[in-house]
Amino acid sequence: MPPVAALVVSGLVVRYPAGVVAVDGLSFSAEAGEVLALLGPNGAGKTTTVETLEGYKSPTSGTVRVLGLDPVADHARLTPRIGVMLQKGGVYPGIRPVEALRLFAAFYESPEEPASLLDRLGLAKVARTPWRRLSGGEQQRLSLALALVGRPEVAFLDEPTAGVDVAGRQVIREVIAELRARGCCVLLATHELDEAERVADRVVIVDHGRLLAEGTPAELMSSTARTTIEFGAPAGLDVAGLSAALGAPVIETRPGEYSAAAEPAPATVAKLTAWLAEHDLPLGDLRAGRQSLEDVFLRLTSGS
Amino acid sequence: MRKVLAQTRVELALTLRRGESVLLSLGIPVTLLVFFSFVDVLPTGTDDPVDFLAPGVLALAVMSTAMVGLGIATGFERQYGVLKRLGSTPLGRPALLAAKTLAILAVEALQVVVLAGVALVLGWRPSGSVAAFVPAMLLATAGFAGLGMLLAGRLRGEAVLAAANGLYLVLLLLGGMVIPLAELPGPLRALSRALPAAALSDVLHAASNAAAVPGRAWLVLAAWAVAAPVAAAATFRWE
Repeated sequence: MPPVAALVVSGLVVRYPAGVVAVDGLSFSAEAGEVLALLGPNGAGKTTTVETLEGYKSPTSGTVRVLGLDPVADHARLTPRIGVMLQKGGVYPGIRPVEALRLFAAFYESPEEPASLLDRLGLAKVARTPWRRLSGGEQQRLSLALALVGRPEVAFLDEPTAGVDVAGRQVIREVIAELRARGCCVLLATHELDEAERVADRVVIVDHGRLLAEGTPAELMSSTARTTIEFGAPAGLDVAGLSAALGAPVIETRPGEYSAAAEPAPATVAKLTAWLAEHDLPLGDLRAGRQSLEDVFLRLTSGS
Repeated sequence: MRKVLAQTRVELALTLRRGESVLLSLGIPVTLLVFFSFVDVLPTGTDDPVDFLAPGVLALAVMSTAMVGLGIATGFERQYGVLKRLGSTPLGRPALLAAKTLAILAVEALQVVVLAGVALVLGWRPSGSVAAFVPAMLLATAGFAGLGMLLAGRLRGEAVLAAANGLYLVLLLLGGMVIPLAELPGPLRALSRALPAAALSDVLHAASNAAAVPGRAWLVLAAWAVAAPVAAAATFRWE
């Protein structure tokens, strides 16, 4: 028997009673040990998709499977094997982090040690501070810890870095890397591009409940190769002279911003920098080669 | 069982840590008991006011814990997504409800010990059989808890807070707990007798004064014990 995929979403449609279609024919899958980012703007249908996988919502049509099980029908068999971090809330306002972790630890067969989890997530100092008095980042990290305490095979993290400072983000990235290393499948719903780019093995870009693109961050970024070299330099350059030197037309898109209609080959870039050096001109930012995930994302989500 | 006990421990710890719930479950009943025992202005109809007040505040204690305390806590837990989050753990709803029940019974046991202790110090001498207290308080707990959950399952936390406290005040006044039912005007008294608060205090008063326990009060208690939880279960929204 082939190994069961950690997550399978096929032809998922979720329509709300008001008639709003939140998810409109979405399909994707993920394996054990894979970090999959569900990336999309607010209202793209990410949370609805995640909550269908968690068993909170039933598909209007299509199917979802987690570890081969139906999240609604097999709910009781699935809960010991999954970890959930809701987009917000989910914790008693008066509870202390150490109490919350001990409580959740009691729900699972072989839980993580609460004390070590508090340590890893940088919560040891606030272990006895009521939840309502924690900072936004500390609350997020506690929610993450509660998702992990049962050693899940699949972890659902809905916007885990929302409101988290730089140091907190680093901790969360490390924890996600640990999960991947021990074979846990992580589904990360986020609207933050750089988080998806940094932590995900694969990215599924969604908007209006539909899949727009799917692949590794590198695949997505090279999917449409850039055919221009863009750079900043002092305004009012001799674009005709530069065009001749590069053998490609150069235009000044905005004062001080230029675009050369040339393949971003190293040789062409070398010609550009040589020409600037000859004229004793500084070079501002230079964008050549693959586009950023942000470019891909904006192009895909603005057209839909 | 381990899950239920862990959940019960947290429910209890959170309840006892909230100042307002301690005020509600112990502060107010103890104050009423002590104040009106010394300031004999209530038309209690007993030689010593404590003989009327002790069963009354025991009934009040059940109502405050099972209806008000449970309702408000659960309403906020629903609003803050706690119930939703627990729904994706292996705890399960039956275990959660079992834990809430155990926590309520533990708080009630504490209330009975404290209130009965204070009443005995104040000179309460129950003359009847207090054995009827246990089934009456259990039935009332089911009925009041059903009412609390009925509010918690539909309203926002703040609205549950307002509604439960309002209902508490109405049932305190109409429930024969500090003001004898006999003092109420006829129609109001008839209404009161159909409500679980008066039914409970009727049974407790009769049982502690060696009077015959009215059968109608048992019926009312039993009816609420079934109807309120059924209504709550039918309408409860977990998110």
